[in-house]
Parts: sequence; C-alpha cells; structure tokens
Amino acid sequence: MDKTVNQKAWFLVLPVFLVVAFSAVIPLMTVVNYSMQDTFGNNQFFWNGVGWFKELLDPSTDLGGRFLASLGRNLLFSAIILAIEVPLGIVVALSMPREGWSVAACLVILALPLLIPWNVVGTIWQIFGRPDIGLLGYVLNHLGFDYNYVSNDVDAWVTVIVMDVWHWTSLVALLCYAGLKSIPDAYYQAAQIDGASRWAVFKAIQLPKMNRVLLIAVLLRFMDSFMIYTEPFVVTGGGPGNSTTFVSIELVKIALGQFDLGKAAALSLVYNLIILIVCWVFYTVMTNAGTDRPAKEGVA
Amino acid sequence: MHSIPGRRLIMALFLIFLLLPIYWLVNMSFKTNAEIVSTMTLWPHTPTLQHYKRIFTDESWYSGYINSLEYVVLNTIISISVALPAAYAFSRYRFLGDKHLFFWLLSNRMAPAAVYALPFFNLYSAIGLFDTPWAVALAHCIFNVPLAVWILEGFVSGVPREIDETAFLDGYSFPRFFIKILVPLIASGIGVAAFFCFMFSWVELLLARTLTSVQAKPIAAIMTRTVSAAGMDWGLLAAAGVLTIIPGALVIWFVRNYIARGFALGRV
Repeated sequence: MDKTVNQKAWFLVLPVFLVVAFSAVIPLMTVVNYSMQDTFGNNQFFWNGVGWFKELLDPSTDLGGRFLASLGRNLLFSAIILAIEVPLGIVVALSMPREGWSVAACLVILALPLLIPWNVVGTIWQIFGRPDIGLLGYVLNHLGFDYNYVSNDVDAWVTVIVMDVWHWTSLVALLCYAGLKSIPDAYYQAAQIDGASRWAVFKAIQLPKMNRVLLIAVLLRFMDSFMIYTEPFVVTGGGPGNSTTFVSIELVKIALGQFDLGKAAALSLVYNLIILIVCWVFYTVMTNAGTDRPAKEGVA
Repeated sequence: MHSIPGRRLIMALFLIFLLLPIYWLVNMSFKTNAEIVSTMTLWPHTPTLQHYKRIFTDESWYSGYINSLEYVVLNTIISISVALPAAYAFSRYRFLGDKHLFFWLLSNRMAPAAVYALPFFNLYSAIGLFDTPWAVALAHCIFNVPLAVWILEGFVSGVPREIDETAFLDGYSFPRFFIKILVPLIASGIGVAAFFCFMFSWVELLLARTLTSVQAKPIAAIMTRTVSAAGMDWGLLAAAGVLTIIPGALVIWFVRNYIARGFALGRV
C-alpha cells in the first residue's frame, strides 16, 4: 500500500509515545544510573563506572559466573522448547477439524492455557507433578520411575519443559492455523489435479503460507521463553540448586532479594541489549518478508 | 486436503494433554484436604464446596479478584484508546521516524518484566501511585500498548483507504470519521486487541506483585499465602486457581471466531 507522507500523523502517535516513554524510558534511565554506581545502603551511592559490566562479563567473578551460567541455561531452555513447540504446533494446526462446532470447541480448549495466570500455570504443574498428590508424579512413580522434580535436576528440567509445551504450544498452533486458513481452496484443488502427494502439498503450499506467522511464532516464543520467570519460579524456585535458575530469576534474586542495585542494573542492561538485538534481527527479516508480497490479505 | 492422516487422534491426544492438568486442579478444589493428602482419588469421593465458600466469604480473598479485574480493565481501556489513533497513523501515513518508532514499540513488547520491576517500584512510589490499580495498569502498558498498536494496525490496514477518502469528501471531520466510521468497521479488531490486553494483563504477576502491597494486591499474589500457612492448604490453592481460569475462559468464548487471526496479530 502506498502511504502518503504526513508529518501531522505524529499527533496521532503522540499518546502512545508518551505512555510508552513514561513507562519505558524513565525506568530505563534509572537502570542506567544505577548500573554505574555502587551502594552501601542508606541511599548513599558511589561512582563505579563500568565496573559492574566488567564483572558481569567475566566468568571468574561471582556475578559474571552466575550471569553466564543462567544465560547458558536460558538459551538451552529456549532452544529445547522451540525445537518441540514449533513442529508440534504445526502438527496440531494441521490436525484441526475443518468445520462444524468442533472447530470452535478445539479453538477454545487450545486457547485455555494461554489465559491462565502464569503463577497458576506454575501451581497447576506443581500440584500435577508431585509424587504424593499429583496425578503425573504419582503415576510415574508407580510405573517405576524415580520422578521427583524437587530433588532431581533432570526431572526439574523435564517438568519445566513439559509445562512450557503445555502452556505455549497452543500459541504456535493457533498462529499456524490462522496461516492455513488464509490458503484459498483453489490451491488444494490445483494440487489434487497435479496429483501432488500429501508431503508435496505441505512443502509447496502450506509451509510457504505459514512462513510469516511462523516467524511471529518463533519470535514470540523465543522472547517469552528468554524472559521466563513466574512459571519455573513457582514450580522449582530455580532449583534444585541453581539448575533451573534462568536469567530473569537470577536478576530478581539480585535486584529484589539482595537489593544489589548496581549489579542488577548492569545485568538488566546487558539482558535488554540481547533482547533488542534479537528483536531487531527478527524485525528486519519480518519487514523484508512482507515487502515481496503484493498486499495484505484478508479484511477484518 | 488440509489435514493429515490420524488427525483426529492427534487432536484428541493433544486436547487431553491440555485438559488433564486443569482437570486435576478442578478435581482437587472439590476435595477435602484430608482426602487430598491421604488417598489418591481420580474424582472427589467426598465432594465439598468449603474452599470456594471460604474464598467468597473472606474479604482478603475475594478482594484480590476485584483488584485484579480493576487494573486489567483499566489497562485495557488505556491501551486501546491510545493505540487506536496510532494504529491509524502507522497504517495510513509515512512520517519522520515511523519505522524506528514502530520498532521501538515492538522492542518494548519484548522487554523482560524482571528488568523493570525495580525501577517501576521506585517510579510509582515516587509519584504516589504505589499500591493502587493505576500503578499496575500503567506498568502493564509497556507491553500491552505496543501489542494493541500492532494488532490494530493490521486491522486498520484491512480497511480500504477509499472509505477514508469518501468520508472526508462527504465533509466528515477527522474525529467524527474516526468514531462514526472507522471504529465500527474495525470493531472485531478492537475486540481482539482488547482480548489480548486483557489476557496479558491478567496473566502477568511479577510487575503486579512488585507494585502492590495491601490495597491493590492481585489474586495471583494472594494465592502464594497458602504456601506459607501451617502446612499447605492444597484445596484452597486449587480452588483459587480454578477461579482465576474462569474469566479467561469466558473471554475466549466471546472472541473464539477471531482468536486465530488475533494471535497472528491481524497479519495473516
């Protein structure tokens, strides 16, 4: 669509700009300010320059070690859940019923986990996985597995990952379903005439059509898993030991637990920077993917 | 042609996987604590409403729901009303720094709440909004406003520009055009955006908990109380959890036909 140049459009954007600036820029300034200082309580601050940042990126110090370890765990976690949720989401989207009341029923049930407060998601799995009162833990233990997410690292990871798959696969599935719905029937008819196999239809018609939504899905899932806090915190509290302490959990520990403002602020900035870079890469890819399409399809 | 072999089975298994943990929570909420701890029962053998009764009669419990709904609704109203004009501007016009602004908004949607928890605490304490629904509602704007702009921009772009031009030729002023013509045309989009604002504000806890202490405490934070009580009041915790699922389930029902498109942020 060709847009007209009109600088007055800024007036329309101004409210958004002000609201977001108020809730993003001012707090971020505070963070920048803290990140350069050290405090010994009593609201006394001392200039520390880039000291915290140096420490943060040096794995031999306490702060750096903790940050890099949690970053590593978080990246591993994000990679695992993307590897599970994206293919599973596509399969579920392809399995959606075609018409009738069952479509609405499936959509509502799929969306249900997305609408549950995150700490309740944690609570649900905390209860569900307990060997004494939870169905999952009880059944697993009676099948002979020694499953206990409180004391065993691997079990804790499995629980957190299954919980995330439970919580968010629907998002990927719903996005893919939206993409699939936009494919005109004529495409399928053409494929049928050509005698295309099921796999060929998927590769040549469905996957390209889902490209854009998949990109959004990967972006959202990566970001949200990269800043995951509440669910694992409720289930495992970051433990056993530090095995499920992700970056956000580590950050909250330092900021609100120890009130180490300087360290927390430095960590925040680096954390934000990583997110910003990833976000920018996705945004560039996404806008480029958008330009080679003629016009947006579908009307409200 | 859409579907794959065994799709019914796959769908059924996946739905069971989604519903089983929720069923377990509902199941527990109707059990007495004695039954929960002593035996493994697949359904409540001595069903009880005592946990629900306690929540609905104890003010410290049910006020949590009211607090949560209060800031969620406030946030949804603020987000939608500031996002609407901006979505129109992004969809129709090119202006200085538009792309950068759009990216900046997007990046705020992705900003980790943990980074903002402490500065928000300082900021809202300084301006005297700490422990009010306004603090949480405004704090949640950081991710909901960008999201609303994003979704609404997709829907506004679906409205042909000829409609704007015709309206202006007919002598509509901009505000009148906006309210009388544009808003009704993208009503479903506004519904979807409102749904998402509701959803993300409703599920978020870290900021909501950090910015409140007594007066505006959200239900999700009150739930953590059962943990520290003598032993663990599993039944009460489960009942409180079930009650937090209900508003979401109701809202989904209203937007079920737009949900798929909405999750694609109006960009399918």
